[in-house]
Amino acid sequence: MKDLKPAILLFIAFTIICGGIYPLVVAGIASVAFPKQAGGSFITDRSGRELGSRLIGQPFSAPKYFWPRPSATTDFAYNPAASGGSNLGPTNPDYLKTVAGRVKALRDAGITGSVPADLVQASASGLDPQISRKAAMIQIPRIARARGMSEEELTGVVAAHTEERQLGFLGERRVNVLALNLALDNIKP
Amino acid sequence: MTLHEWAETLIFFLILLAAVKPFGTYMAKVYQGERTFLSPILLPCEHLLYRLCGVNGEEEMGWKRYATGLILFNLLGGAALFAILLLQGVLPLNPQRFPAFSWSLALNTATSFMTNTNWQNYSGESAASYFTQMFGFAVHNFVSAATGMVVAIALIRGFVRRRTSAIGNFWVDLTRSTLYILLPLALVFALFLVSQGVIQNFSAYRTVPLVQPVTYDRPKLDDKGNPVKDAKGNPVTERVTAKEVTIPMGPVASQEAIKELGTNGGGFFNANSAHPFENPTPISNMVEIFLILLISGALTYTFGSMAGNTRQGWALLAVMLAILVFSMGVLYWAEAGGNPLLAKLGVQGINMEGKETRFGLAGSSLFTVSTTGTSCGAVNTMHDSLTPLGGMMPLSLILLSEVIFGGVGTGLYTMLAFVVIAVFVAGLMIGRTPEFLGKKIEVREMWMSIVTVLASGILVLIFSGIAMIVPSAVASMNNPGAHGLTEVLYAFASMSNNNGSAFAGLNGNTLFYNLTGAFCMFIGRFAPILASLAMAGSLAQKKYVPPSLGTLPTDKVPFALWLALVILIVGALTFFPALALGPIVEQLQMVGA
Repeated sequence: MKDLKPAILLFIAFTIICGGIYPLVVAGIASVAFPKQAGGSFITDRSGRELGSRLIGQPFSAPKYFWPRPSATTDFAYNPAASGGSNLGPTNPDYLKTVAGRVKALRDAGITGSVPADLVQASASGLDPQISRKAAMIQIPRIARARGMSEEELTGVVAAHTEERQLGFLGERRVNVLALNLALDNIKP
Repeated sequence: MTLHEWAETLIFFLILLAAVKPFGTYMAKVYQGERTFLSPILLPCEHLLYRLCGVNGEEEMGWKRYATGLILFNLLGGAALFAILLLQGVLPLNPQRFPAFSWSLALNTATSFMTNTNWQNYSGESAASYFTQMFGFAVHNFVSAATGMVVAIALIRGFVRRRTSAIGNFWVDLTRSTLYILLPLALVFALFLVSQGVIQNFSAYRTVPLVQPVTYDRPKLDDKGNPVKDAKGNPVTERVTAKEVTIPMGPVASQEAIKELGTNGGGFFNANSAHPFENPTPISNMVEIFLILLISGALTYTFGSMAGNTRQGWALLAVMLAILVFSMGVLYWAEAGGNPLLAKLGVQGINMEGKETRFGLAGSSLFTVSTTGTSCGAVNTMHDSLTPLGGMMPLSLILLSEVIFGGVGTGLYTMLAFVVIAVFVAGLMIGRTPEFLGKKIEVREMWMSIVTVLASGILVLIFSGIAMIVPSAVASMNNPGAHGLTEVLYAFASMSNNNGSAFAGLNGNTLFYNLTGAFCMFIGRFAPILASLAMAGSLAQKKYVPPSLGTLPTDKVPFALWLALVILIVGALTFFPALALGPIVEQLQMVGA
């Protein structure tokens, strides 16, 4: 077995190179070049307190906030310690009941007409920070009532927080719910 | 598709195709020991490694010694990972103090990462320490990818070399794959991913306040952490309010880059590449898809270049590309139609269950077919929640034995096995001696190709069948009816073909799935590898037969069509009954309801 020695030693060498040196080098360069992103894209208030990550959605259900997409994370919606989707199939009777319940909740909140799918179907990560522009727009009347703001003003805030397609054609236009709601609280707590 | 989605898809494939020739040429140079632009830095490192590890870089090996080295190296690595998982609780870099894995989960996970499968019966953010992720998983992401690549290279040498028993030096090929190909690309792309928002740090998990606290019911636990049950045996819940949440951290970007590049696919987090910290933007999404397809795509050129017939490489790539694009089209179409059962409730739009807003349907569909056509298995979309016909696309791509680009190296050597079969069958039909690249295809080559192509299929059918009669295996299903069957079929397809993605509703962390899964992953990985190496050894010994009028041209359109047909027919003959009972029945139920 003259190949036993290289097998053991090469595995140790690659463990050190790929398992130790490589991630450390990436972390080292990243901490200088992109410190904010490498740390988790946290949003801070003026005193430097962390309010949440731009990339990790939060649960909102009060009428004065824009509601995010449904989330299937365990314990509670948008639990970042347990990312994941519902993994429910499209014909599962329990699933269809759940979605019907969500549609009803939106109807009860005054939404008429067709419901955008992203507002009643759970995301893959359970932490999706964004909703489609349409999903934001149809919530404006409710929030206007709850906050006593004009619909025009809210439309402006939504527009300011709409992320366009990257490079003009990649992905979808979307609205960051946490950033939007924090902005609303700033304008009119 | 909308205009911007057409642009997104077209530009993506143009960039991918533009990378095939330069990168394929680079890899050919690396494996033939020629100088490259990285040699000034890496050649001294390579030689230092050989000196330290007792490798004689000049030595050539026969196929048996090559295979022995490969198996030995992989088993040692698997054992090391198994030990890390069992000792996790006492190892460093564990800020969340995660305990050890159970033995069956550790066995499944170690086999999974050793075999480039990355099937995960655990949730990364709540089970694996930074030490495990870096020194366990990431290391295997590199070396298991390199293992696949060297087998493809050895097989190419078998076709190219004449009257020799030597097919290369395993240690040299392994080292070069890692140092010259995987590490530099992973480093550059990991940093790019950080720029988009993928995290890379070693902090403990962070706690942030919730803007709106959330109240929920939680199972009550006693002092020992066991669930409390009432007199009837139902779990007791308590109402609690969460005012803050814990956000996981970690060295994600370094893992993300190699997990895509090496077609490994094991997510740092449970949500895998759907997690905003793994895949935060549409650009990061396209870059990750590019990484998934890059090496497997370019290896076809490496093959053509080393074999002295680049048209042959392009022909293989054309077959792969055609089937990939077709699958993407069907998947997109199925999902764009939405779920008709929800449309009745007034829900409008594409099927968004298990999809992220930012990627768009084109970005989700392209990722899904790329990750399953290759043996990657990372997901940015939950395959379990796709429409039945949509979900059949990733499942079918896996069941075609992972040749639509395929895993790094594995895709090429499995595709070459299909080529051998196609040449042989065509030869029989038109009465010509089957030859490929000047080598006669004989009984031994046919046997080895059949093993390579059918090993996983046999495992899938046998074990899915067994699972249907084991009550505990059936209980793991998350969805009733035909969809549940698809979950089980997908699980064994994914593990036997070393893909690693899942219809993730299935609870795989049970003794049954941990053990049968480990077995499927092991055989599904090493049976084709041994068969390919044996074929390489047999081919290398043959003499060269110059092409004559009687030779079937294998680098032209008719043969490419024939090859695609052979792949589809073998897949359909093996799996159509199972697919009919799973996704096809469910589709009919959904449309007819």
